[in-house]
Amino acid sequence: MIQFDQVHKRYPSGREALAGVSFKIERGDLTFLTGPSGAGKSSILKLIALIERPTRGRVVVGDRATASIGARGVAQFRRQIGVVFQDNKLLFDRPVGDNVALPLIIAGVPRKEIDKRVRAALDQVGLLGKERNRPMELSAGEQQRVGIARAVVGKPPLLIADEPTGNLDPDLSLEVMRLFKRFNDVGVTVVVATHDLHLIDQFGARRIVLGDGRVAVQTPT
Amino acid sequence: MSVGAYFARHAQTLVGSLGRIADAPFASLMTMAVIGIAIALPLCLYLILQNARQAGTGWNDAFNLSVYLAKSATGAQTRRIAVRLRGRGDVSAVRVILAPQALAEFRKYSGFGAALDALAANPLPNTLIVTPAPGASTPAGIATLKKAILDLTGVDRVQIDSEWVERLLAMIALLQRVALLAGGLLGVGVMLIAGNTIRLDILNRRTEIEVMKLVGGTDGFVRRPFLYSGIWYGLGGGLLALALVAVAVAAISGPIGRLARLYGSQFRLAGLDLPTAMCVLAAAGLLGWLGSWLAATQHIRAINPS
Repeated sequence: MIQFDQVHKRYPSGREALAGVSFKIERGDLTFLTGPSGAGKSSILKLIALIERPTRGRVVVGDRATASIGARGVAQFRRQIGVVFQDNKLLFDRPVGDNVALPLIIAGVPRKEIDKRVRAALDQVGLLGKERNRPMELSAGEQQRVGIARAVVGKPPLLIADEPTGNLDPDLSLEVMRLFKRFNDVGVTVVVATHDLHLIDQFGARRIVLGDGRVAVQTPT
Repeated sequence: MSVGAYFARHAQTLVGSLGRIADAPFASLMTMAVIGIAIALPLCLYLILQNARQAGTGWNDAFNLSVYLAKSATGAQTRRIAVRLRGRGDVSAVRVILAPQALAEFRKYSGFGAALDALAANPLPNTLIVTPAPGASTPAGIATLKKAILDLTGVDRVQIDSEWVERLLAMIALLQRVALLAGGLLGVGVMLIAGNTIRLDILNRRTEIEVMKLVGGTDGFVRRPFLYSGIWYGLGGGLLALALVAVAVAAISGPIGRLARLYGSQFRLAGLDLPTAMCVLAAAGLLGWLGSWLAATQHIRAINPS
């Protein structure tokens, strides 16, 4: 599903975020990327979502090397990936329903189907009935769940999350992680970047531990 | 996506972009007002030109050619020449004034009746007053017609008294060129105003654009609402321009009418007709769209998720 082969990433500032990272994540895996701040977790997710391109090395997502995807293909490629952010990146001037519907609107899904799938996604994250609420009316945990609903509404085969519990208390963090586990249980490949080792311990999933832009430890699936 | 869904999506975006404009009524009105003034200026020039043309519809009479025949030309010869001239495409009318009729008119209006009695013979020749066709009422057309008439046997002299009309036509032509230039420049101005407004809108909605791109939105998808906003700004500006011109026409038509009446004319200042007004709106919308397309294409491409 995802393969990194001697991947380097140096930003224009000169900072080397990744220095020869190699790993493989199989289809249907739940994988935690962990390590201290600046270890390269977010850079890996950015390379997977084509927000950044590697300086050197090869990244394969699905069956495609990302290097073969040109600027015009990026949008279509991203529709196959659900992305969850620490700051959830919701549109605060739009209702929850519109936020969740966004990937479907972009994909050109008919309105009736959108409504159905939005309700289903919100149901999955426990927010059914909040379609008309504005994100500001929700708690931090609920906002994060809206972000997750938006990420999964398009039924992507791959879900990536960058510090999705960074702004949440331990109970809400656990709740969010359980959601990821539930999506993984139905076959979605899930990659979560987090430095919350205590949380990870409760799931016993595969870990890729990063340090100084390198893979320090990998636990088997 | 089905065709119906495609158009429904566009209609939704169209209405949504109007809603966004309505959300900031003062700023939107300011933009539309600037666009409206920029469109109203060349539109006023156009209207002046149209009215000048309207006022001058009888000017081809001023291009009438007085064709003096040779003294030896008989009445029958004169009428034959008149018939020949009437057959030309560049002639709309020919009036025949035979020498005795000319003398009688001269006697009646000149006040030299007694002096004319002293003449042994009628010194006036047979004359044709040739009115050119409207299409030929240009300096070049008149010159061609004059040359053709002079080539006819029996014609002694052709006189045109149209210098003032030529000057006026030259001024109108100049004004037309100025109007075109002003229209072009202000059209570019409208594009820039719409483009700059859209640029600011894009910068304000940077986060939203980033999110759209992150979830798979193409540049075209992200750009669409901004293009519709550009069209709305253009249409709003166009409507304001039409309103401004209507107010200007209403304000000056009275004084112009009074002035015209003092000169014995029935001239009335005409406003814009419906087809022209529709063209103005369409052009304004198009300029708004074009300006927003240029700005949106450039700036949206530069925004990427981070």
